[in-house]
Amino acid sequence: MFRQFDLLVNGRPVTITADPAMPLLWVLRDLLDLTGTKFGCGMGLCGACTVHLAGRAIRSCQLPVSAVADRPVTTIEGLAIGGLHPVQSAWMEHDVPQCGYCQPGQIMAAAATGSQQAEALLAGQDGNLCRCGTYPRIRAALSSVAARGDAR
Amino acid sequence: MTEPTWGSGVSRRDFVEFALVTGGILVARPWFTRKGSALAEESRTATFGPLLELAPTGHATVVIPVPEIGQGVRTALAMLVAEELEVEWESVRVRQADAADDLGPHPFAGGSWSVRAYWQPLRELGAATRVALVRAAAAHWVVPEAECRAQSGFVEHPPSGRRLGYGGLADAAAAIAPLPPPPLKPPDAWRRIGRATPGIDVADIVTGRRGYGLDVRLPGMRRAVVERSPVFGGRLIRFDDSAALTVPGVLAVVPIAPIGTPEAPTVPAGVAVIGEHTWAAMQGRRRLAVDWDDGPHAAASSTELERRCRALLDSDLRTYREGGESPSSAAGMSVTADYVVPFVTHAPMEPPDCTVHVEPGRCEIWAPTQMPVAVRSAVARHLGVPAEQVVVHVTGIGGGFGRRLDADFVLEAVAVGQQVGAPVQVVWSREDDLRQGFLRPFSMHRLRATVTPRGELASWHHDQVGTSRYAFRANRHPGQSEFLAATWPAAFAARHRLRYGVAEFPFDRGPLRAPGNNSFVFVVESFLDEVAHAANLDPLVLRRHLLSRFRQLPWDEEDPVFDSARMLRVLEAAAGAAGWDRPRPDGVGLGLAAAYVFGSYAAHVVEARVDRETGEIRVPRAWSALDCGQVVNPSGVRAQMEGGLIDGLSTALHAEITIESGRIEQGNFHDYPLMRLAAAPTIETILIPSDAPPTGAGEPPFPPAMPALANAVFNASGVRLRRMPFTPERVLAALAEQHR
Repeated sequence: MFRQFDLLVNGRPVTITADPAMPLLWVLRDLLDLTGTKFGCGMGLCGACTVHLAGRAIRSCQLPVSAVADRPVTTIEGLAIGGLHPVQSAWMEHDVPQCGYCQPGQIMAAAATGSQQAEALLAGQDGNLCRCGTYPRIRAALSSVAARGDAR
Repeated sequence: MTEPTWGSGVSRRDFVEFALVTGGILVARPWFTRKGSALAEESRTATFGPLLELAPTGHATVVIPVPEIGQGVRTALAMLVAEELEVEWESVRVRQADAADDLGPHPFAGGSWSVRAYWQPLRELGAATRVALVRAAAAHWVVPEAECRAQSGFVEHPPSGRRLGYGGLADAAAAIAPLPPPPLKPPDAWRRIGRATPGIDVADIVTGRRGYGLDVRLPGMRRAVVERSPVFGGRLIRFDDSAALTVPGVLAVVPIAPIGTPEAPTVPAGVAVIGEHTWAAMQGRRRLAVDWDDGPHAAASSTELERRCRALLDSDLRTYREGGESPSSAAGMSVTADYVVPFVTHAPMEPPDCTVHVEPGRCEIWAPTQMPVAVRSAVARHLGVPAEQVVVHVTGIGGGFGRRLDADFVLEAVAVGQQVGAPVQVVWSREDDLRQGFLRPFSMHRLRATVTPRGELASWHHDQVGTSRYAFRANRHPGQSEFLAATWPAAFAARHRLRYGVAEFPFDRGPLRAPGNNSFVFVVESFLDEVAHAANLDPLVLRRHLLSRFRQLPWDEEDPVFDSARMLRVLEAAAGAAGWDRPRPDGVGLGLAAAYVFGSYAAHVVEARVDRETGEIRVPRAWSALDCGQVVNPSGVRAQMEGGLIDGLSTALHAEITIESGRIEQGNFHDYPLMRLAAAPTIETILIPSDAPPTGAGEPPFPPAMPALANAVFNASGVRLRRMPFTPERVLAALAEQHR
């Protein structure tokens, strides 16, 4: 049975009507046309669907929309507020992406780690697969983020 | 067709305006098309053939003829034009070409050919356009052309101090173009070629604006998922859609008939669930009840295949190539070993998908395809319409690896679209991707070599039995093995003989990154190390000695010459960077390997550590050298070296597709794992300076990574792994063998 959900996405309130079991990933991609968050596996194994829920990284393919409640959702489209996020800037500085498909999820995971320590940042990426093998450049970008000490 | 507002081509100014209008949520505007009328007229862009446009603002748009799969062509090809055109890189835009007949020599992503094929034509295009701009300015000023020069998007006349921007000259220049290109700039005049250049789409990628196949949005677009036989070659008997149709958002359920020959359908039979959105369609699919006739391949088994291959290795095989003469004295160590290379699949991060809009007499397609022209032809044939009535837009692609070199997922979407009428996006799950695609072939190898203590190969025998390389939907080649030129190292032995046998097996096989080489190189570069060990020679010393036998040997049609000096140079570069001769602590090993693939020479040294308790292999460091001729974008080439090495390590450590009862057993990343960040080595990349014309970078670094790892594991632990993947169980079993 469909229900109405009032969500807060990238700082704006939106109302959608959906099956409560519908994963947030598909709400974002298909009901809100926010296509920056990607589908890679549907099992929470690849991290391509990573978004922030109340500032914490979650796999949106595993979160039913009924569980979102009033916690703010941030997607890759909403990460840059008044300019690029330091993680996005570091990704550009180190020319990280190849095909780029996994990168929104990678960036969202890094941006949510909330630590300035390189080790914590690296550990925080463990759930994000990259098929193209951009890992060395992700490491370099995370080192830059740690060195600047403002991972937000 | 207009590039979507959130694809590349959006200027920062456009983006900021758009975001202000929508209040911060970037809602993707739907892709829209313009049928018929020339976009150029409407926006006063001057065109210089199909691949270059100049706007009144002076911005140059390079139309990219090759799909971008992450190999960096949108950047590298644009650099070629920009260099000769004499424009500032920051003013260059790119647009992806639709399928067309006039896109130049190589409008598909394969064979590591893109930069190689367009190296000359795109520089000539830039140069010829520059000449036209200069001529137009000179005519306008009524001055001699020779007194004018083009620089940074302006034509200048130094004697009078006048200058005009390209934007104002574009129309006049287009009217006199095309002109013959002048001599191209010498390397010491390059300002862009050879400079590390960030990917041209990086800003869009990191902000989520880059659009992939799955991101296409059209007004009224439906979504569809397809239930296909879990058994390969199964036939649809009947289905019950009553439960599926009760799922809110499910619009229809339609059968899809196979496309292609019955024995080898390009598109298998399926049942498509059409929904308003993807989740609804997926939920509907779960409620389908489908009866399949499992068909003729319900007993197909990869373990049975392996048994059959092993038996065939002992039987009469066809000679593939042989040569040389046995030396009069056959003194030396004899070494023999059997190798096994498993089935693997592509698993690109973006599962296959395709969006189509089929209307009477025409069809519009948005596809993450590596081969848009071939796809257009295949669809036109299927629909029985002229190719001009099929429009193929190439989207961003979440990884290729050869998976997108099949028209299957496009034709299937067209078959769905024919029954839907409205635009429809067909979405594959990860399980669909792993189970319903095509495979890298399975092969078994038996090698026998005789080596003298001085490192001369008296003989090199290589027998191979496997599933043929391309048994691929309609494109079946029963006789092809994993042998390609096979000149190295076989032809460096006094006598060599290569033989093969083909074991029939129904599952489709086809191209995966560096076809043929992705199996062959693992086998020969590992066995070469076994030969070195038998002769008590350092593996690098053996290769040095062998390569000194011939300076050049014939290779194949595409790459006529194998150059020993270039092969040795990459080996020495990687080994030198790794400190090859420096002793390592116990349990730490170095391994090296090299390969000549698509005209480029690639070598790796890999450092491995083996945990004797768990059997786990760790790879903390690696050193990669590549000679790919002239490097256009060093940042892009280094990325392919890093990516190819990691792909090779991941494949060697983890990848295996097994088949039982006609079904692929793997389904998602829990049973088809990929290397994760924590396991990836630190990599030092060495680009070999060269003024040879550019050759490939996307594929050459992949094959040698696998034997480099096997050789490092041997060096670290004494364990010789002859079968991929190198699972902990296999390592522990080999360690146990060692101690027997």
